[in-house]
Amino acid sequence: MKLRDYIIRRLVLLIPILIGVTLLTFTISHVIPADVARHFAGGAKANPETIARIREEMHLDEPLYKQYGYYLNDLFHGDLGECYTERRPVTEAIKQYLPATAELTIIAMILAIFIGIITGVVSAVKRNSWIDHVTRLIAITGVSMPIFWLALMLQLAFAYKYPILPLDSRLGIGVVAPNHITGLYVFDSLVTGNFTALKSSIYHLILPSITLSFASLAIILRITRSSMLEIVRSDYIRTARAKGLRERTVIYKHALRNALIPTITVAGINFAYLLGGAVLTETIFNWPGMGRFAVAAVNNLDFPSVMGFTLLAAIVMVTANLIVDLLYSVLDPRVRLGD
Amino acid sequence: MKELLKVKGLKTYFYTYEGVVKALEGINFDIYKGESIGLVGETGCGKSVTALSIMRLIQWPPGKIIEGEITLDGKDLLKISEEEMRNIRGAEISMIFQEPMSSLNPVFTIGSQITEAITLHQEVNKKEAEKRSLDMLNLVRMPDAEKVLKQYPHELSGGMQQRAMIAMALSCKPSLLIADEPTTALDVTVQAQILDLIQELNEEIDSSMLLITHDLGVVAQVCDRVAVMYAGYIVEIGTVKQIFKNPYHPYTKGLMYAIPKIHVETKRLEVIRGVVPNLITPPSGCRFHPRCDHAMDVCKKKAPPTVKVEEGHYVACFLHGGVK
Amino acid sequence: MGFFDEWKKRNESRIKETKFTLNLFRHSFLSMLGLVLILLMILTALFAPFIATEHPNYVTLINPQGKRVTEQRWEIHFDEKLEPPSSEHLFGTNDYGYDIFSMIVYGSRLSIKIALMVVVTALIIGVVLGALAGYFGGWMDELVMRVTDIFFSIPGLILAMAFTAALGRSIEHVMYAMIIVWWPVYTRIIRAQVLKTREETYVEAARSLGTTDLKIIFKHILPNSFAPLFVQVTMDMGAVVLTAAGLSFIGLGASPGTAEWGLMISSGRAYIFQAWWYVFFPGMAIVLFVLGFNLLGDGLRDVLDPKLRR
Ligand SMILES: Nc1ncnc2c1ncn2[C@@H]1O[C@H](COP(=O)(O)OP(=O)(O)OP(=O)(O)O)[C@@H](O)[C@H]1O
Ligand code: SF4
Ligand SMILES: [Mg+2]
Repeated sequence: MKLRDYIIRRLVLLIPILIGVTLLTFTISHVIPADVARHFAGGAKANPETIARIREEMHLDEPLYKQYGYYLNDLFHGDLGECYTERRPVTEAIKQYLPATAELTIIAMILAIFIGIITGVVSAVKRNSWIDHVTRLIAITGVSMPIFWLALMLQLAFAYKYPILPLDSRLGIGVVAPNHITGLYVFDSLVTGNFTALKSSIYHLILPSITLSFASLAIILRITRSSMLEIVRSDYIRTARAKGLRERTVIYKHALRNALIPTITVAGINFAYLLGGAVLTETIFNWPGMGRFAVAAVNNLDFPSVMGFTLLAAIVMVTANLIVDLLYSVLDPRVRLGD
Repeated sequence: MKELLKVKGLKTYFYTYEGVVKALEGINFDIYKGESIGLVGETGCGKSVTALSIMRLIQWPPGKIIEGEITLDGKDLLKISEEEMRNIRGAEISMIFQEPMSSLNPVFTIGSQITEAITLHQEVNKKEAEKRSLDMLNLVRMPDAEKVLKQYPHELSGGMQQRAMIAMALSCKPSLLIADEPTTALDVTVQAQILDLIQELNEEIDSSMLLITHDLGVVAQVCDRVAVMYAGYIVEIGTVKQIFKNPYHPYTKGLMYAIPKIHVETKRLEVIRGVVPNLITPPSGCRFHPRCDHAMDVCKKKAPPTVKVEEGHYVACFLHGGVK
Repeated sequence: MGFFDEWKKRNESRIKETKFTLNLFRHSFLSMLGLVLILLMILTALFAPFIATEHPNYVTLINPQGKRVTEQRWEIHFDEKLEPPSSEHLFGTNDYGYDIFSMIVYGSRLSIKIALMVVVTALIIGVVLGALAGYFGGWMDELVMRVTDIFFSIPGLILAMAFTAALGRSIEHVMYAMIIVWWPVYTRIIRAQVLKTREETYVEAARSLGTTDLKIIFKHILPNSFAPLFVQVTMDMGAVVLTAAGLSFIGLGASPGTAEWGLMISSGRAYIFQAWWYVFFPGMAIVLFVLGFNLLGDGLRDVLDPKLRR
């Protein structure tokens, strides 16, 4: 099957899932809350006129299935509702905040993949050595640590006690953001040759991205280690050795290439979970992204924004899964697209 | 005949949770230049361990070569550096394994796997190496060789995979080929073809062969000499003619009876009674004694020494000497 | 006695295997460490009143949803606020002068309660749905699986956040939200196991003998799913506490003043540079709790997975 056909088919298969997701978000937003109109109007402090207007606008007096129809129709037209805290459409807020989150999660993912794979391989090759024990302990602590606590501890250590890194936000005070191309500061400042902004943005990325990558790094390390351990015992690794290849080639070419298959799958699934982590990381590092926006929305009972964020997370997650499947078929010749 | 490889007092143990598996207990045998020698014995008797020990591919942990000598052309393989050993693997000594499917790396093309072996041991550029890979595939009579170069292992049948393995193993014209049950995993119809191929090519490049198998019929067809293994020992060794005509060791005799004889009507298929011993706590003395019909008192106490019974024919059994 | 001997004989290989497993486990230092951590947590929770140096009062209030709830109230000591760790206040005090050590000790009860409630409820739902889907197949399977697909399309923390936001903030709602997020995990595991076991000969045999479906599920299929499920449940005990702490940190969980670890970190955040202990110790409590379950789960996986054990 051709790649294009496969992607199209997968996208078509996504439709029922996405419809399911909207059913879920609809249930969360229209069925569960005791007083939907009040919820959407901003909670307890909302005034009666707004509540009445919302009731009208959202057709809350009509039967649920009709409400769902309106809801879908709005979504279809890219209307995620009105963000009460910022008094503008949720979509606009998303457009503004998304790049910051994208930059943070992408950098965190890259860190997690690189460091995770390298340490995973070393840990497997040096099985039961002290390196292995230390790495495994770090890995297991990594998935046992509340990410927000790690963030606070890093701030305490590297921004307060030994102030070598900035405390929070994306750029230093007085540094002008690079011209907007993608909204990813590192990329934009690189392209426009704005080195002041480049330096400042990288500087500001260090603590948040380390924080965010830690758990994923631990998970990637684990899966790399365990698949390497299994693979180095396989017949084809014995063949590679019997050929006379040096151990380095055997490990980094023959074994790692196979170990990457499960690793990439896990990494892809993790990308979506990074979004959950971003909620907490951004809050602490005052990172002007989607996560911080969502937390503010939750605390202000800004329901449309919360639901908008949830839907967006779902879309990112299914896209990540699609990309993983494509990568999978590239990495593993035994997998044929469409099977 | 001149010896190519001499194995002397080779001991290989595995240190496992249950205990030490004494897989090889000091085995001795030679492989002569240009000959084919068969290594037979029941499952778990140490045939594969012998092969891997010669290649120095026993992985620690859990396995370790404890002592012994393996000399190839006068060079002790157990004394040389790992780097020197790497230059021997795949060039001087090559190996073919039982499961062609799992022995080929699933994520690389057949072509790249053969080419890799060639560029590793020969001073050729990539292009030349690719050409030689194709030649090798043609040599092993791979159908559609050109296409197979670009294919992945899973796209080939078992027989084709094994041909590819043979092409890879012979690509550097080794002086010794070790084939560990090369046909066991294949369809019966393909087995004979692959065997013929190995034998023919081996003669063509004039290399010696150590053929490991369960099948005495195969040995009779392919080999010049046979070594019979039992529980970590070589219990009898001699030419095919000597062993088949005149087996001395009770175990070898048992093996011979175990061959189904199609033409002899009345004889039913006899199997050796009892089970393969556990190599962690092996029987004392002659390891075969719990299953041996001729076992004597001395058999339980001492391991029988290897004695010469005729020119080139050796056996380790008290029935044929060694009792003081 | 006779019966026991017979049973021993019949199950000889299985007993040997189990002994081997236990032995492997005992020799794994990290698994034992995990077990010790968990036991410590349980003991702390059980004997909280004896371990803690200060104790909360319990008051019954009407919450914003109009329900009666019992809440912890600690005695305020403004004269002792933000005191560093000392022999009197082992982990220091917070901005209200509460003793952090005592709060952490009492907090262990809440953490264990959340973990158990969420995991056990989600497990029950998961087992029922997974067994139904796997055993009966057909449209039932299709339906259950598609629903899990949908739940898996939204990152857990975010979905739980949305649910809690809809239900209204409270620690109970955090638990409900997490149950809703967690059940699909178990459903999938059980279903996969059921599909695997269903085809095995002894199940087929039982079926051909006319054993009822329910009996087959309970007697043959579920016991076989034990190993992977056990590992998952152990790990999830930690993961649930971690997620709950995250939701509390955002401000969705317990009401201010409760001895809840995530919430404590959240309120300590404002004082991080003045009073590191306010954030540090509750965080360590979470780490040790989750670490205990992760180490145990990890150890269990290693010994129960036939591929890794030798
Ligand atoms: N990696 C290992 N760890 C522990 N024991 C091993 C290992 N490899 C081999 N052994 C043990 O060494 C003994 C010899 O095994 P080997 O594989 O050489 O048998 P074999 O004669 O090749 O049998 P088969 O005909 O089944 O291939 C067996 O008892 C086996 O259990
Ligand atoms: S030595 Fe004794 S036990 Fe061993 S084969 Fe000969 S007769 Fe049998
Ligand atoms: Mg073998």
